[in-house]
Amino acid sequence: MMRLELVKRPQRSVLFSMLSPFIAFVLTVIAGSIMFALLGVNPVKAFYTYFISPVTQVWQLHELAIKAAPLILIAVGLSVCYRANIWNIGAEGQFILGGIVGSIIPVMYPDFQSPVVLPLMLILGMVGGAAYAAIPAFLKARFNTNEILTSLMLVYVAQLLLDWMVRGPWRDPKGFNFPQTVLFSDAATLPQIFPDSGRANWGFVFALVAAVLVWILMSRMLKGFEVRVLGSSPRAGRFAGFSFNRMVFFAFMLSGALAGLAGISEVSGAIGQLQPSISPGYGFAAIIVAFLGRLNPLGIVAAGLVLGLTYLGGEAAQTALGVSDKVARVFQGMLLFFVLGCDTLIHYRIRLVGLMAAAPKAEEAH
Amino acid sequence: MSGQEDAANLLEVRGLTKIFGSLTACDHINLEIAKGEIHALLGENGAGKSTLVKMLFGSLEPYSGEIFWNGEPVRITSPGVAKKLGIGMVFQHFSLFEALTAAENIALSLDDGSPISSIAAKARALSYSYGLPLDPNSLVGDLSVGERQRIEIIRCLLQTPQLIILDEPTSVLTPQEADKLFETLLRLRDEGKSILYISHRLEEVKRICDRATVLRHGKVVGHCNPREETASSLARMMVGNEVQAVVREPAKGIEQAPVLLEVRNLSRRPATPFSIPLRDINLNVRAGEVIGIAGVAGNGQGEFFESISGEVRQQERASVRIRGKDAGDLSITGRRLLGAAFVPEERLGHGTASNMKLSENLLLTRHATDGKAFVGTGGSVRAGAIYTAAQRIIKEMDVRKSEPDPEAAALSGGNLQKFIVGRELDRNPAVMVVNQPTWGVDAGAAAHIRQALIELARRGSAVLIISQDLDELFEVSDSIAVMHNGTLSQPMPIAEASFEKIGLLMGGAETGHQEQTLETA
Repeated sequence: MMRLELVKRPQRSVLFSMLSPFIAFVLTVIAGSIMFALLGVNPVKAFYTYFISPVTQVWQLHELAIKAAPLILIAVGLSVCYRANIWNIGAEGQFILGGIVGSIIPVMYPDFQSPVVLPLMLILGMVGGAAYAAIPAFLKARFNTNEILTSLMLVYVAQLLLDWMVRGPWRDPKGFNFPQTVLFSDAATLPQIFPDSGRANWGFVFALVAAVLVWILMSRMLKGFEVRVLGSSPRAGRFAGFSFNRMVFFAFMLSGALAGLAGISEVSGAIGQLQPSISPGYGFAAIIVAFLGRLNPLGIVAAGLVLGLTYLGGEAAQTALGVSDKVARVFQGMLLFFVLGCDTLIHYRIRLVGLMAAAPKAEEAH
Repeated sequence: MSGQEDAANLLEVRGLTKIFGSLTACDHINLEIAKGEIHALLGENGAGKSTLVKMLFGSLEPYSGEIFWNGEPVRITSPGVAKKLGIGMVFQHFSLFEALTAAENIALSLDDGSPISSIAAKARALSYSYGLPLDPNSLVGDLSVGERQRIEIIRCLLQTPQLIILDEPTSVLTPQEADKLFETLLRLRDEGKSILYISHRLEEVKRICDRATVLRHGKVVGHCNPREETASSLARMMVGNEVQAVVREPAKGIEQAPVLLEVRNLSRRPATPFSIPLRDINLNVRAGEVIGIAGVAGNGQGEFFESISGEVRQQERASVRIRGKDAGDLSITGRRLLGAAFVPEERLGHGTASNMKLSENLLLTRHATDGKAFVGTGGSVRAGAIYTAAQRIIKEMDVRKSEPDPEAAALSGGNLQKFIVGRELDRNPAVMVVNQPTWGVDAGAAAHIRQALIELARRGSAVLIISQDLDELFEVSDSIAVMHNGTLSQPMPIAEASFEKIGLLMGGAETGHQEQTLETA
């Protein structure tokens, strides 16, 4: 008889905190192979289709950047929340509100065309996301509600609000009754970075800049220290003179602003108008990205690219293998599951204990 | 019972070893407990006393070694097995449900399905026969710590054990309550029961114990008869070398010195159903003076500390004054900026963030007071400066650690406490408020910390020390006040104070009727 025993490490393992995402990725591939085999698809071919074929050409790399940009932007903001032990699950809603509020100018004043339009849209997007995130923050600070529930439920409110806007007041009058707004003018469109080689827009640059800035904030600034202290030992944080309620607002509104920026960047860069749905679940996938990237903004850039790949792989697999694009969601779920599981290794090591080997000394005593 | 003839020893332990990771908590421990003796297990915090006892009570499994009960080898695999053999234990931290009555709590642990009323009757009879009066129908939440301990003892006695293990039983009692307990223990011994008495209080060990086994760093360093030893020879065995005695020069001219910390009519409603309200507390701490606050745990000390430190603010601005300025409505940061420094009771998770480095934990309390030195333009942290300052404190306080800048949780309790106290001393605060400065700290480190606090006062600061350790307060304080049920007595100058007087106040005797109470006692 053997049994597994978790033995607490004296200190957190730096090695496993680096390795854990990779182990999780390997486990995901193994579990994915079993799934493909059960679906009757050759796993090797499936994985090639999923993870290699979408990045073999330059224009495909642009597509990857388009998918990764919102994931990185949102996840970087979420990492600040999660480090502070504040559970913002509503980034999807903040993303949508960013898209809606950022679109006020191109939808309501389509004739207002000037170089300031785009910066104004981006700022409005951030304001929209931050304001929407301030709702669960207020409820938590004032009434001590559970922010996981309130922020999550506000996602559905945001989705229905968007749906109503594009079918109702903001519907394009010349759009043959399709539920969508007017197409944005050039002045209101986020430009492409290298238009010659592909579609990737400046949203990806925003994501990289945000990652670096938040990394500096968290590792070099007193504010980041405050986030980490309040997240890991709230009582020590109070002893230090930091206010948890103020931190709730800071973390929620920062992540809301970044999600809002992602939302308006997606609408004005990749889509070009508002539609009933503007996100394939970026706000939720970003939760996975945040954890896969170890809540470290630089790690999140890498994790965002991996998750972006599962979206592209899902599309490729749908056409090449004929499997449902829901498989991409399954991959994302497995990845999060294994990442959280492997995190155990940071604080614990696994020991194999033979029951027979431990017992004999005691058996003699009988 | 085959080995009864040759078994003068009720319990014998040979080569008992327990290893946690890289730490050998118990290293080949040998121990013999005879029938009808009170056997002391002495050792500093972290010497392995609790680990040994947990193995005897079946809550930990030994790595190797043998246990003999009445001369027969036994395996104690669970507390249930220990109870069946006849081993009972009274834990240091009680395991009682506050919302249940004493009898219900006892019934829970007996686990034999007998009706509560018969248990209550038995408990009442037993409690009176041992001079530990207890009403089995009272709610635990309403009882004092001493009474709660009685429940634990009665619960243990109802199982008619032959060996009773008591883990630091007097740490939560007033001197008078402790006397009562000793009488009971001596009676139990005279009835032929054996007692394993764990303590680091040498005087009481000398008083009631027949034999002692001394542990140090997980090893047995000696067996002795405590009555033939002196307190200092026992301490030497426990610590391994002579502990430097704390020197306290009498403070001169304190009456004229300015009041640096002033508490005026401080009251506070209980924040939770189980916390203590503060009732009209008044106190002056002058420059150059150390005032100690004694009291049994849970009489409002924690609430008082929170109110003084500003973790909880007051409505009344003048209820706390620091260096002559109203501070009642200031945050803890505001009070620090006025020159006050605070050391809370809990080291990990309150005084420090346990998974952060010492240098980061330095920033924890000093990011505002040393803003210029530690925080640069735009709110950036000067990592080099806090690292240098942390190393300075580590050197000054002799903090022992395995790497240059370890996480707080990696330090032993004593070393972490030295760092936490040193972090505040390094600022040279005008007012220093410390809750339990040496709780769970080894004797060498405790002496170091106490000496540092006295020296801070003699350099002209006001020092307020809240502690449950009377020996400590008598060692460091110029005056001692007593906290009982949320009220604070008048400080008593150390020259007039005695364990007797302070003990009475801790038990709730009113300050005004002190003389009278003494006469009747």
